[in-house]
Amino acid sequence: MVLVYSDDPKLIAELLNKASDLAKQLQKKVIAVTIGSEQHAKDYIEHGADVVIIAQTTQQQFKAEEYTSILLSILKEHSNEIVLIGSNKNGKELASRLAARLDAGCVIDATNILLKDKKVTTERVVYSGNAIAVEQFFGSPQIITIPPRVFDPLPKNPNHKGEIIKKTVDVEQSASKIIKVQEMKSEGVNVEDAQIIVSCGRGFKKKEDIRLVSELADVLKGRTVGCSRPIAADLKWLSEDHWIGLSGHKVKPKLYVACGISGQIQHIAGMRDSGVIVAINKDPEALIFKSADYGIVGDLYEVLPKLTSAIKEKIG
Amino acid sequence: MNIILCAKQVVDVAEIKIDPATKKPVLAGVPQKISDMDKNALEEAIKIKEKHGGKITVVTVGAPDAKERMRELLAMGADEGVLLTQPPQTDYHMIAHLLAGAIKKIGSYDIILCGEASIDMFSGQIGPRLAGLLNIPQITYAQQITVEPTKVVSEKNLGEKSVTMESPFPVLLTVTKESNQPRLPSLMAILASSNKPIHEWSTTDIVSQTLQPKVQTLDVKGIPMQRKNIIFQDDLDQSVGKLVNELAKVGVLR
Repeated sequence: MVLVYSDDPKLIAELLNKASDLAKQLQKKVIAVTIGSEQHAKDYIEHGADVVIIAQTTQQQFKAEEYTSILLSILKEHSNEIVLIGSNKNGKELASRLAARLDAGCVIDATNILLKDKKVTTERVVYSGNAIAVEQFFGSPQIITIPPRVFDPLPKNPNHKGEIIKKTVDVEQSASKIIKVQEMKSEGVNVEDAQIIVSCGRGFKKKEDIRLVSELADVLKGRTVGCSRPIAADLKWLSEDHWIGLSGHKVKPKLYVACGISGQIQHIAGMRDSGVIVAINKDPEALIFKSADYGIVGDLYEVLPKLTSAIKEKIG
Repeated sequence: MNIILCAKQVVDVAEIKIDPATKKPVLAGVPQKISDMDKNALEEAIKIKEKHGGKITVVTVGAPDAKERMRELLAMGADEGVLLTQPPQTDYHMIAHLLAGAIKKIGSYDIILCGEASIDMFSGQIGPRLAGLLNIPQITYAQQITVEPTKVVSEKNLGEKSVTMESPFPVLLTVTKESNQPRLPSLMAILASSNKPIHEWSTTDIVSQTLQPKVQTLDVKGIPMQRKNIIFQDDLDQSVGKLVNELAKVGVLR
């Protein structure tokens, strides 16, 4: 079996694509797991699951210890060769703990999974985005986490048949408690889905100047502003949902414009998959130009207003 | 309060060069350092010790030269080091077992601290694996930690939301880079650190079972980054004009 789990239904749909592909090659079935919620089971079947297990438990809020215990009890009944888990923060800690409980191998943030000599082989980005590690599993189960948007969800097929199993699970309670859940201050930006992103970095002298970037984003009809680490993490001029980079968000828009960003490898790791990359920086030696298709060497305070009005004129 | 810090010696990723021919990272000759977030974890450990007293033991699985790097952690404020020699072929499964074995040998512990991930491989598996093997609660991505006499309260950063958790001891926490600014040791502290013990334990002292990797690295490939690198640096108005024409040509202006 190939088992799929995430607390994010959107991510499950993407994982089901790869799971179906692997299951076909290995002649196995695909099981999707949902914890507590019945509403998604039908969707998962239409996205390619052969079996959906609805784990019925009193446990609703995520705690890695307890969710590990739920997956362990499901895995005990269905021998699973491959376990795919959605790679958000909850998914990563869950996969790692589960791997330890099963003495299993685990690869975090795989961007590709293939069968090489019938062995499950993965690729993932390492060394701050400078290299790809090709890794291969020995023994089962093989636990792999996959980040959002690595695979597209399969189109829904209403004719795909599957079985829904409800299973009551006794959870081994954790000694820890969740005492507060707070929405982070956010401007509701979703850089990961944006088609056009204009980003700002250390080259900006003050917070108000970021409007130069929003104005360009507006005329590009992208309206999405991104930033590098210092702007979100150190200066806090923008909320963390704007942050693009290794520890921030990974993006792949059609057009990425980097303004006043030096081009540290951690930032490049977050935007290297963009379609067209434009860099604006006053330092001709800035690393960002090496990762750009087009660049303008100049002071962003002069370049941005001119570029904004030139594009406005061009697209009208 | 007995605090254990797990730290890893890594290559300084900011110093990695790329071989222009193969596009592979060149690791030979790159300086080694303690992974950044492990120092954030130590800073938290020191703050806990300052408030509640106790002892900080650093555990590392690494090459013999990791001892030098461990001295920095002792200078910052850790009390003792344990260095386990790294077997030739390892994976997270093996490292976690070795760390768990060492921690069991140390015996008594209230809090285990790890970085959220190491800067070289950035998996973040070790913390949760270790908590799993020891079967204790885990609080990952901790950005704020408050220790009280019988429990830890910690706020974890999940990006779109923050979750505050509470756990009795023993508990494992992984610490983010944003949690604090690790202190720099004073010259006195650096000198004094040479008197602090670093125990070298062989892996056979630690684990009875034979450990085999579950995941093996077949290759570390370069990433092809083919960009046009067309840079305009003449008259600004001309540069802007040319750029806009190019962008229109490749179809990203709508």
